[in-house]
Amino acid sequence: MENNIKMKSDNLNFYYGNFKALKDINLTFPERKVTALIGPSGCGKSTYLRCFNRMNDLIKGIKVEGGIYLDEQEIHDTKLDVVELRRRVGMVFQKPNPFPKTIYENIAYAPRIHGLVSKGSEMDDLVEDSLKKAGLWEEVKDRLKSQATALSGGQQQRLCIARALAMEPEVLLMDEPASALDPIATQKIEELIYELKERLTVIIVTHNMQQAARVSDYTAFFYMGELIEVGDTSTIFTNPTVKKTEDYITGRFG
Amino acid sequence: MDKETRRLKRIKRRYRGEISFRLLSISAIVLAASFLVFFLSDMVRTGYTAFEQTVVQTEITYDADTVEIPQLSVSEEMSDLVSRGFLRLIPQMVEENPKLMNTTQTQWVLAEAEVDQYIKGKPNKLSEEEIAHIDSLKKEGKVKLVFNKWFFTNGDSKLPEMAGLLSAVIGTIYVLILTMMFSVPIGVMTAIYLEEFAPDNWFTRIIEVNINNLAAIPSIIFGLLGLAIFINLFGVPRSSALAGGLTLSLMSLPVIIISTRAALSSVPDTIRQAAQGVGASPWQVVWHHILPLSLPGIMTGTIISMAHAIGETAPLLIVGMLAYIPTAPTGVTQAATVLPAQIYTWSGDSLRAYTERTALGIIVLLSVLLLLNAVAVVLRNKYERKW
Repeated sequence: MENNIKMKSDNLNFYYGNFKALKDINLTFPERKVTALIGPSGCGKSTYLRCFNRMNDLIKGIKVEGGIYLDEQEIHDTKLDVVELRRRVGMVFQKPNPFPKTIYENIAYAPRIHGLVSKGSEMDDLVEDSLKKAGLWEEVKDRLKSQATALSGGQQQRLCIARALAMEPEVLLMDEPASALDPIATQKIEELIYELKERLTVIIVTHNMQQAARVSDYTAFFYMGELIEVGDTSTIFTNPTVKKTEDYITGRFG
Repeated sequence: MDKETRRLKRIKRRYRGEISFRLLSISAIVLAASFLVFFLSDMVRTGYTAFEQTVVQTEITYDADTVEIPQLSVSEEMSDLVSRGFLRLIPQMVEENPKLMNTTQTQWVLAEAEVDQYIKGKPNKLSEEEIAHIDSLKKEGKVKLVFNKWFFTNGDSKLPEMAGLLSAVIGTIYVLILTMMFSVPIGVMTAIYLEEFAPDNWFTRIIEVNINNLAAIPSIIFGLLGLAIFINLFGVPRSSALAGGLTLSLMSLPVIIISTRAALSSVPDTIRQAAQGVGASPWQVVWHHILPLSLPGIMTGTIISMAHAIGETAPLLIVGMLAYIPTAPTGVTQAATVLPAQIYTWSGDSLRAYTERTALGIIVLLSVLLLLNAVAVVLRNKYERKW
C-alpha cells in the first residue's frame, strides 16, 4: 500500500458488557482510498466503524481495548477532543437522519458550532459548495429554506453526506448508506463515493457485495467479530485466500 | 352433526357475550356522562343568576352628617333596601370627589342581598311590608337587574352583594406564576439530566422510582411539607402567594419531570446520533436539537400540571390560603387566597346569596381549566411530530 496511512486500529478489542464483539482487529486505512467492510449481520463491522469517531461512547456498558489512530494520534488520547475528532471524521448513517430543520440549517449547523466560517456570504458559499460536492445543489438550490424532511429518501441521504462534508472532514465513515434507498438513489450515492475519494478517506460498511466491488479499493471481511481477510478489492472478490471469504462472497452463507 | 350444532351454539354464545359487553361499556359511558351533565347543568342553573345584580334608584345626600353617619344619606324607608356596603363607601367617595359634598344625587345603587334574591325569585327573608315596597318601586321602574360587574371587580366581602372574585383571581395568578417560575426550570432541568446525561446506576434508579411515587402522593402531604419547610424553616409569610406558589411547585415538580422525560425520550435516537456525528457536544445536542423538538410535549405537560395546580385546594389550606381577602394582594408576600379556596369559603356560608356566587365561582374556575386544557390539546395537535 503505497499511500499514507490515514487511520488504523491496533489490537482492537471491543466489549458490550461481557460480550466480546471485536477480537484483536489490526487494520489500516490508506489515505484517499475507499475501504469496504463486509460480512454477515452481527459480525461487528458496524461496531468497528463506529469506533473510529467514538460513536459507541453513547452506548452504556461498552469497553474498548487497544488503539485507534488518526494520523498517528490515538483518538482516545485526552489531547484529541471527541468533538474535534468527530469534525475530522464525519459519519453518514444507515437511515437518512437530517435534522428536522431547513436544508440550509442542516448544512450550516456543523460549521457554525465548530466556528469554521462566519455567518453571511461565507456560510452561503460553504452551504452551496457542500451541496455541490454531494450532488444535491441543482435539486435544492431554489428551496434551501424548505424543510429537509420533505426531501426524498435519496435526497435526504445526500443531504446527510453534504452535512458531513461541510465540516471538511479528513475521513468519512459510511454505515450502509444506501441500504434504505432505491437502486437509482443508490447509484447516485455510489457515484458520489467515487468522487469523494479524491478529497478524503472513505470507510464504508456494506451488505451489498456488488456495491463493495464497485466502489471500494480495499475490502475487509469480518466474521464473528474477527477480521478474516483484507486486501485489494479485486483480489478479495476474484481470488480470496481464505475459504470463509470465498463462501461468503459466493453467497453460500450470510 | 352433534358436534356441528355445538359449534354453532358456541358461536351464538360468543356473539351474545360481545353484545352484552358492548352494552355494559355504553351504559358506563352514559352513566359517567349523565353525572357530568347533571353537575354542569346544576352549576349553571344555580350560578347564572349571579351574573346579574339588583340595583335600586334612590336619592343620596352627601353632606357633613352623612359622611359621619352614612345611613342618613338615604331616606329611612330606602335604607333597608340599599346595600350597607355601598353606604359605607360614602365617606371614601366624597373624599375622592369633593364636588359631591353638599349635593343630593339620584343614583342607581347596589341593592341589599335579600332584595336581590327576591327580585330573582329566590327564597328570602323579607317582610310583607318590604315586599310591597319593592313591588311599588318596581312599578315605578326604580328597581332593575344589571350585569354584575361587582363580582369581577370586588374582592371577598361579608356582604354577599359586594362579594367578588377579584382578589381570588389575582391571588391565583400570583400563585400560578410563582409555581411556574419554580417548577418549570427545575423540573425541565431535572428531566434533561435524568433522561440525557445521568448514568444508569442504583442511585439514579432510586431517584426515578421516588419521582414516580411523588406524583401519586396525596396533595395535602405537600401542604404539610410546605408548612414545615417554607413557613417554619425559611420564614415565608403565612397565607402569602409565595408560600402557596412554593408549595404547589413541590406538587407540580414530579408531573413536570415525568411529562418532560416522556417528551425527551420520544425524540428518536437518530437525531442524537446525527448531532453527535457532526461533533455537537452533549449539551449542544440537547440544547440545539432535543429540547426544541420536545418543546410541544413539555409545554403540554406543563399546562396540564398548571391546570392541576389551579384547582388544588388542600395543600393551600395548610399554608393558610383559606383566608378572608377583601382587597387584592399587591405583592407575593401579602396574604392572598385562590379561586378554589374562595369557592370553599363561600360554600360554607349560610347566607343564601352566597350559593349562587359559589356556583358562579365554580363556573369561572371550570372555564379557566377548560381553556387551559384546550390550549394543551391544540398545542399537542399542532406541533406534535410523528416519528
